[in-house]
Amino acid sequence: MGNYLLEITGLTKHFGGLPALSEVHFRAARGQVTALIGPNGAGKTTLINCLTGVIRPDKGEVRFNGGNIAGLAAHLVARLGISRTFQNLRLFPRLSVLDNVLCGLTVAAGNSLPEALLRLPGLRNRERRLMLTAMEALDNFGLADKAALPAAALPYGDKKRVEMARAFVSQPLLTLLDEPVAGLNPEETAQIAALIGQMRLYGKTMVLVEHDMELVMEVSDHVVVLDGGSRIASGTPEEIRTNPLVLEAYLGRMSVTA
Amino acid sequence: MKSLPRLRAYVARHAMGLTVWGAALVLAAVPLVMQNPYNLGILNLIGLFTIVVLGLNLFIGFAGQISLGHAAFFGLGAYGSAILTATYHFPPWPAMILTALGLALTALVIGVPTLRLSGHYLAMATLGFNYVVQTIFVQWDAVTGGPSGLSGVPPLALLGLEFNDDVKFHYLVWTFALAALTLCLNLVRSGVGRGLAALAQDELAASCLGVDVRRDKIRVFVLSAVFASVGGSLYAHYFGYINPDAFSIFKSLDLVIMVVVGGLGSIWGTLFGVSLITVLPHLVDWFETYSDIIHGVILVVILLFLPQGFVTGLVDLAKIRLARRRLAVRRGQVKAEEIPRTDTA
Repeated sequence: MGNYLLEITGLTKHFGGLPALSEVHFRAARGQVTALIGPNGAGKTTLINCLTGVIRPDKGEVRFNGGNIAGLAAHLVARLGISRTFQNLRLFPRLSVLDNVLCGLTVAAGNSLPEALLRLPGLRNRERRLMLTAMEALDNFGLADKAALPAAALPYGDKKRVEMARAFVSQPLLTLLDEPVAGLNPEETAQIAALIGQMRLYGKTMVLVEHDMELVMEVSDHVVVLDGGSRIASGTPEEIRTNPLVLEAYLGRMSVTA
Repeated sequence: MKSLPRLRAYVARHAMGLTVWGAALVLAAVPLVMQNPYNLGILNLIGLFTIVVLGLNLFIGFAGQISLGHAAFFGLGAYGSAILTATYHFPPWPAMILTALGLALTALVIGVPTLRLSGHYLAMATLGFNYVVQTIFVQWDAVTGGPSGLSGVPPLALLGLEFNDDVKFHYLVWTFALAALTLCLNLVRSGVGRGLAALAQDELAASCLGVDVRRDKIRVFVLSAVFASVGGSLYAHYFGYINPDAFSIFKSLDLVIMVVVGGLGSIWGTLFGVSLITVLPHLVDWFETYSDIIHGVILVVILLFLPQGFVTGLVDLAKIRLARRRLAVRRGQVKAEEIPRTDTA
């Protein structure tokens, strides 16, 4: 098992003729934040989608917690302890904030239809505990006073936090954050950064896909750079900041000031 | 005075159960007040269709799928019980259970390939299914009695008491209806239920949270078929006679309209939707002639303006408006006194 909770080797995915990912190697160390950066179209979200069972890779191995999960269906990946947020927000708009976060506890909530229909005592007790867990998560993410509101009614920044709460409430082994601060103002970004920092203190393993370089530099332990479906560099945030290949890939979009 | 907060807490915690028991008490008292057998008959029909529509609402309202052929399951339940009891002299209760099990299996077999479809394709598949089933009812007259239907279905009985009049049947059907209501209310407040609500709104997100979308869709489909089957069996034993006309695609559409009026996914709303559509033809004389047109218009209007369904749509609008106003108060934009007090259900 070792230091790396996640080890991806030779991951390849083509969409028609387009190579979205070519022989990508990627590792995420336990208890650390590994950032995945690169220009738009580099293959970051494709990699996340392959990892979470949303799409099937053409080739490659994804070793998680000792087993190969490449090609595994999304709901089974979730049951293994991998959670994620989505680049374009995928909340359940008509459900309350609390219900959205409770959905994060789907795996723990049990799957038996007869038990649910008859509301057996085991389920009743479990629901009570899940409710407490969800409320605690809402508290941690500063959403406790909005628990009963329909998710659709919240402002964008709050919605992002609901999705994060939903991703962390199940105590996952690995959490993938897909552009958690996209579209947020500096104040909201700082809030998310603080939450990521807090999760890191709890020992959570995270993979962070982001364009916001300040955030990446602030919270990551390790950075991997993709461009055009291939891995072009990896190292500590400091190393990456000054790596000429990386600068070239971004063509000056990233600021280099110290 | 100390017991008052504790009483309040108890009521809040058991609100659902207390409401169901309250409804049960009201329904138990009805035959004492309502003596007119015509009205009791309508109430019995409402009870029957409540069972069927509760199941359908779980499938199309709560889980966000579509079925334009549920009258087929209703009819199969009715014919199953009728044939077993009238032709083969099976005892009625085992016949009902056997029919329901048979229908569960049928729904499973049909559901596995069909539920890969969605939207228009799923709607067409269910329409086709209804059409095939109704054709079987009409053509296979050796078994089903053909277009003239099947008669001689015995009433249900329990411990020697036969449910052979409107009052006795009222107690029977509403016991079943409230039981079905309770099961649905339980499901909605469980992890499985949340999984269904989730997959109705975003299948991808739901599966990434651990919901087995394919299997859950099939499960709720089978469940709705069983509900329809039980409703159908009760229907057959109530009237003693059944005929293929009652199980057409128009009946399926009526069922969908009942769901839409009551509110997609609203369990209590189902009672409202079933009641309104069942009672309407009896309130308005000329309704019978134009019922299909009127039903169509109701459906289109509701889906245009309140696509979540009538009751649910209104409740949701109120909730969102209230939520936005509460947020505005917090930001000091609106004075607190200006917000009307309601309890969000």
